[in-house]
Amino acid sequence: MIAAVRTKDVRKVFTVRGQRDQGEHVAVESVSFDLEAGRCLGIVGESGSGKTTLARMIVGLETPTSGTISVCGIDRTSKVRSAGARRAWARRVQLVFQDPYTSLDRRQSGIDCLAETLRLHFDLSEAQQKVRIRELADQVGLTEKQVTSRPAQLSGGQRQRLAIARALAVEPEVLVLDESVSALDVSVQAQVLNCLADIQASLGVTYLFVSHDLGVIRQMADDVIVMLHGSVVEAGPTAAVLDSPAHEYTQRLKSSVPGPGWRPPISKESV
Amino acid sequence: MNSLLEIEGLNVTALVDGEQRPLIDQLSLSIAAGEAVGLVGESGSGKSMTARSIMRLLAKNVSATGSIHFDGRSVLDMNPKELREYRRSDVAMIFQDPRAAINPVRTVGDFLTEGLRKNTGMSKDEATTRAVDAMTTVGIHRARERMGQYPHEFSGGMLQRVMICSTLLTQTRLLLADEPTTALDVTTQAEVVGLLDALRRDRGLGLLFITHDLDLGAALCDRVCVMYAGRIVECRTAHDFYTHSRHPYSKALFDARPSVDQRVHRLPAIPGSPIALYDVGAACAFEPRCPFSVDACANAVPGLRNVNGGDVRCIRAEDTDTTDLVEERA
Amino acid sequence: MTTLVTGPRFRLRGRPGRTPKSAAWWAGGVLVMLALVAIIGPMIYSYGPNDTDLLATGAGPSWAHPFGTDDVGRDLLARILSGARISLISPLLVMLIASTLGTVIAVSAAWLGGRFDSFVGVVVDISLAFPSVLLAVLVVAFAGPGLVAPVAAMAIAYVPYSARIIRSRAIAERSLPYIEALHIQGFRGMSICVHHLIPNIMGMLAALSTLTYGYAMVDLAAISFLGLGVQPPQADWGSMVSEGKSGILAGSPHEALAAGGCIVIAVIAVNILGEALADRAAGRNT
Repeated sequence: MIAAVRTKDVRKVFTVRGQRDQGEHVAVESVSFDLEAGRCLGIVGESGSGKTTLARMIVGLETPTSGTISVCGIDRTSKVRSAGARRAWARRVQLVFQDPYTSLDRRQSGIDCLAETLRLHFDLSEAQQKVRIRELADQVGLTEKQVTSRPAQLSGGQRQRLAIARALAVEPEVLVLDESVSALDVSVQAQVLNCLADIQASLGVTYLFVSHDLGVIRQMADDVIVMLHGSVVEAGPTAAVLDSPAHEYTQRLKSSVPGPGWRPPISKESV
Repeated sequence: MNSLLEIEGLNVTALVDGEQRPLIDQLSLSIAAGEAVGLVGESGSGKSMTARSIMRLLAKNVSATGSIHFDGRSVLDMNPKELREYRRSDVAMIFQDPRAAINPVRTVGDFLTEGLRKNTGMSKDEATTRAVDAMTTVGIHRARERMGQYPHEFSGGMLQRVMICSTLLTQTRLLLADEPTTALDVTTQAEVVGLLDALRRDRGLGLLFITHDLDLGAALCDRVCVMYAGRIVECRTAHDFYTHSRHPYSKALFDARPSVDQRVHRLPAIPGSPIALYDVGAACAFEPRCPFSVDACANAVPGLRNVNGGDVRCIRAEDTDTTDLVEERA
Repeated sequence: MTTLVTGPRFRLRGRPGRTPKSAAWWAGGVLVMLALVAIIGPMIYSYGPNDTDLLATGAGPSWAHPFGTDDVGRDLLARILSGARISLISPLLVMLIASTLGTVIAVSAAWLGGRFDSFVGVVVDISLAFPSVLLAVLVVAFAGPGLVAPVAAMAIAYVPYSARIIRSRAIAERSLPYIEALHIQGFRGMSICVHHLIPNIMGMLAALSTLTYGYAMVDLAAISFLGLGVQPPQADWGSMVSEGKSGILAGSPHEALAAGGCIVIAVIAVNILGEALADRAAGRNT
């Protein structure tokens, strides 16, 4: 069975030209995983872990320095140049960003945004377009009024839903969610997570969920990889990894999450 | 126990486009020396505005009425000189983004010592020594060397420690922390919160900890107050929060958070979005989203009543589901 | 219970340091009026710009001649009205050409980045070393005086100035996630620039163009003042200031004042409007 996303020994090195850090910064070091179609892989890490760089490589915004990435069986390790190829890739993998405001064109209403995407990829009549837009809006839970508004008139959760609708408009096989719920209020985050779960259940989209929030990962991901300083330190089914973390870093991550009965760690410094 | 901070009936309104918009409604809160109070809420709840009112850091079009007393002195009546003194040495505030609160072209050492040298006339060497001590206290290694570094050479967590450090250099007695760890990694968050906890206990600092994370607030603080649409809707000791909470919003907020320990079939999401006070009339702000609402809820603003050991702003507080928040999860 | 009202004492709409909205409307109004006067004025005014009245040379303002007459007896108001068309339109041409070329170059550089951007940066920096007026003078030396040569030269000279400012705005806009999102959706670079990037920097472009207009007006007046612009007997404000300068010491400064005054009013109005547009663009983008 062709994996929806397969990475093998992916490595990404950035050359840094600064006053102090001359040389190279290894953002991602030899990451390999297989993600089966229809499932959700969680990528957990903190800042500097390389999780965002990895997500960007899968989506095509960066190219790996070495190693291979294939999505839906097609290799995407080399940079895509032609517009036609990029359009084809758009139908395979899409990305939902973290910040729901800056990831939408603030001058466009929801309808214009979705219509533009549909026009680029599909040959639909006006009427068919309208129907499809309504369908997408329903799928993400946006009302008629909300989808005709501009981003500035929408709340964070509504904007994020629009961003998800835009990503779904091209009917991608894989959806990469890069901290897509981190900027949302708790109650809104729950709504969006439920919405994402419904979408996966009905459309069978494969998810790659990047997050620093272990609770979100537990709720959404079937499998998880934990990244630290660019490398994968632990991988496996989510329940197994989070219930009994093997690696010291995963244990530390888990023990840092506030919950009932949690106490802040005793400050080691003399006070 | 005499309170360090006593807020009574605070109302805050903003003049926007010619219209008076209420932001906070009749808020009452007290913090004793050495006590940590958590203020938990989502967008539009007014929690940041509360902290700003305590500091009187309000925009020109925002006005505050009611009473705010710090150590017996009325903050709202202070003249500019007293206000400066108050902000300089009695109360301090740390923000979500430490980079926005520090001058990027001055060294961290300058930032820490400037206040000391200007206000107390301390010599450069003495001020530096005090600053280095304070930095060591908050857990910054190689403090003397790092004094000469610039803010961009510090990580978010380290910079937040520098901010905390600056509050130690003055005789701060009340620390207002407005989502200080929201932008930090969870491991860094745990360290910074641990530091705040230690400082609070050892120095008898009063702490107002503002956060959207109910678990974090309950873990760090002695008491937790939940705000919704500019009003406090529940206030009780942290220890009892999970077991004795009665306000539908508090429960819903807790339930909506995905847990690290288990996956649920469907997260119990609260329908609708958080609302701001100016969109609410004289009614319970949570009523449209509340699973327990009845007709009476839309008629008047419920008052704070003592139910089950804490204050709850709900007319049906006795009827809300009596099982513990924690038990429900199991 | 104590009360403290912290509202402002008097309302000057807008934050301190920002142009009050009303000033922008006044400025816009002044410019519209000037434009109308320039179009309609010469058609309805009784005197022509070249009608001489040798009995009333160098006369001061009077009922017959509201602005007075010049040294050969031509009515100054007529000449101002006639010159208004040239003096108001030529900076407009400069502004349009410079803004369009500037946008194309700047957005291309911002989008393509890399070596093209570095190359453009170097060329722009070198070009900025040439004062626009000097370049115009050089071009006139080759092509002869008139309207076309100075306008073309000035437009070219302003391109680097516009391009530099637009480029940094374009780079900032380009780094926003929505541009990346459009990229991932498969849109072509050109399409993203034209339909998304440029419309979002329009606010700043409008402000910049307005200010460019003001600068161009002053520079073109200087060219005319030097005698390199439109030639006599055609009137234009800059050359009128030049013709009127001898009159200043002779006690009849009204020609220079009238023409100079018109230039000053137009440029001030343009600057106020430009600042207000810049404020609005900045406000919208924060």
